[in-house]
Amino acid sequence: MSTTRTERSKDTQGESLHHEDLSISQILKERGVSRRDFLKFCSTVTAALALPPSFAPSVAQALDEVKRPPLVWLEFQGCTGDSEALLRSANPTVAEIVLDILSVDYHETIMAAAGHQAEAALDKTITDYKGKYFAVIEGSIPMKDGGIYGCVGGKSNLERARQVCGGAAATIAIGNCASYGGIPAAAPNPTGAVGVKEAVPGATVINLPGCPCNADNLTATIVHYLVFNKIPALDGHGRPLFAYGKRIHDNCERRPHFDAGQYVEKWGDDGHRRGYCLYKMGCKGPATFHNCPTQRYNEKTAWPIGSGHPCVGCAEPQFWDVMSPMYRRLPNVPGFGIEHTADAIGLGLAAGAAGAFVVHGALSAMRKDKEPGEDAKED
Amino acid sequence: MSDVCKVKQYVWELPLRWFHWINVLAIVILSGTGFLIGHPVTLGASASDYAMGWIRLIHFVAAYAFTVSVASRVVWAFIGNEHASWRAFFPMYSAKGREKLRHMIRYYTLQTHEVPEIVGHNPLATTAYFVLFLIYLAMILTGFAMYATHAPGGIMFKSLGFMYSHFTLQGMRLAHHFGMWLIFGFVINHIYSAWLMDIKEHGGEISSMFSGYKFTVKKGE
Repeated sequence: MSTTRTERSKDTQGESLHHEDLSISQILKERGVSRRDFLKFCSTVTAALALPPSFAPSVAQALDEVKRPPLVWLEFQGCTGDSEALLRSANPTVAEIVLDILSVDYHETIMAAAGHQAEAALDKTITDYKGKYFAVIEGSIPMKDGGIYGCVGGKSNLERARQVCGGAAATIAIGNCASYGGIPAAAPNPTGAVGVKEAVPGATVINLPGCPCNADNLTATIVHYLVFNKIPALDGHGRPLFAYGKRIHDNCERRPHFDAGQYVEKWGDDGHRRGYCLYKMGCKGPATFHNCPTQRYNEKTAWPIGSGHPCVGCAEPQFWDVMSPMYRRLPNVPGFGIEHTADAIGLGLAAGAAGAFVVHGALSAMRKDKEPGEDAKED
Repeated sequence: MSDVCKVKQYVWELPLRWFHWINVLAIVILSGTGFLIGHPVTLGASASDYAMGWIRLIHFVAAYAFTVSVASRVVWAFIGNEHASWRAFFPMYSAKGREKLRHMIRYYTLQTHEVPEIVGHNPLATTAYFVLFLIYLAMILTGFAMYATHAPGGIMFKSLGFMYSHFTLQGMRLAHHFGMWLIFGFVINHIYSAWLMDIKEHGGEISSMFSGYKFTVKKGE
């Protein structure tokens, strides 16, 4: 996977061109991935796309016939966590296949090329494959002060995003930063960070938020495009419905404990050890749409709630501001200290009102008021 | 004590009284179950129990009853008698209404000893009720928007789409909690004012919400 086309074109340009004409299954064969592993991958990705199993052969057939689409991966204002999530996929076949399906022409973190050579490769891809390549954007785009807070090769992230996303067949905003600004956009957002769709409103953007994004959802999104030749159905926040169509709370393995009324009260208590519901520990599963419970991370071995930590809502817009405090059910009330929960303030208001009326009542009781009578004026 | 002979008047029609008491019952149930949903206690002995499930079911059933009742009251504002009319909720827009409102405010702020006699709604109260209706609307919208997330793509979720594009679920949750406290504040005020006017007016203020009849010096509004 570290062999990008940039590197190849340096050594053996002829082979590289030839390589592009090969179908995916031929490439996999060359790389020593068995037909069986390929079919297994097709079944997995069919499941990730929430398609019935009968679609797996169609997926396999479509991938057999499809030519490798070029892909450029741009790293903006982010922590590279999504690249890491992809690269650290433990089971080699899936991750390898992702990158083998795609011809990754530019990826700052993993490409061998550097400096002007790398920038030239990017320019070449976006010119030669205009309207055909995929762009994957990782990290937010700083907009403040003309976008000077994020520059690569003398060009601001905003400038590059307009250029690259504008000419792409589709742009995949990977991670919460690229989708909605993520952590860089958290208050007070010093760099004016925004997501790709906000920075380049004209681009076709698929948001794959998460902190980090689940690499399986990236694979599935790309496969969806290759198989159906269109982007998957999106929700109101631009996220594919196959991965973000259900709440975590509704697919959670701890949901029976929620319905039963069994909750973790504090870290490490008996309920925590027994795997009870993390609702009272501030779990944001009821406010978060993501397929974590079914897809999971690290080759489907683990995910936060499965490991005993409440969901922090990382797949939702502005999660760092909106979902905090992480270990409380409700947000803080602006203007009050963190010890004042909404209900404490509400109780104070109600008690204040009651007190005021007790005083008013006492005063009214002591007064000799004139009851409405014949002489009372009509009102 | 006045010895004036008072006139019996039918003020609150039967449907209106029903809406009032359904709202009372629904708000009590919704607040009780709402507390348990916001701050659950471990009630389940085994994972096969359904304590929270039932609590939420009761909350949702009461929510539907409340919504239907509030919606019916709004419809009744257009078909009910003059006291139930929507016009009563905007005293600011008529000279007479403003005069009554001024007198009421003067009385409540202890500036006059003359108890105003009002047959139907007190203009200060209707102004508060209008705000209360807005709180009800906010509670209904945030409540159903949170509820509908169990079936994204469903009819309810789609018709509440504007809620999700304008507010976050956490924001709605916070507003839903505050709404309850505002309603509690209103209830304290409401019960106190009814008690005060019942004592001062001698018009059967409290019993009128059961019987529909009030007692006034003069026949008419």
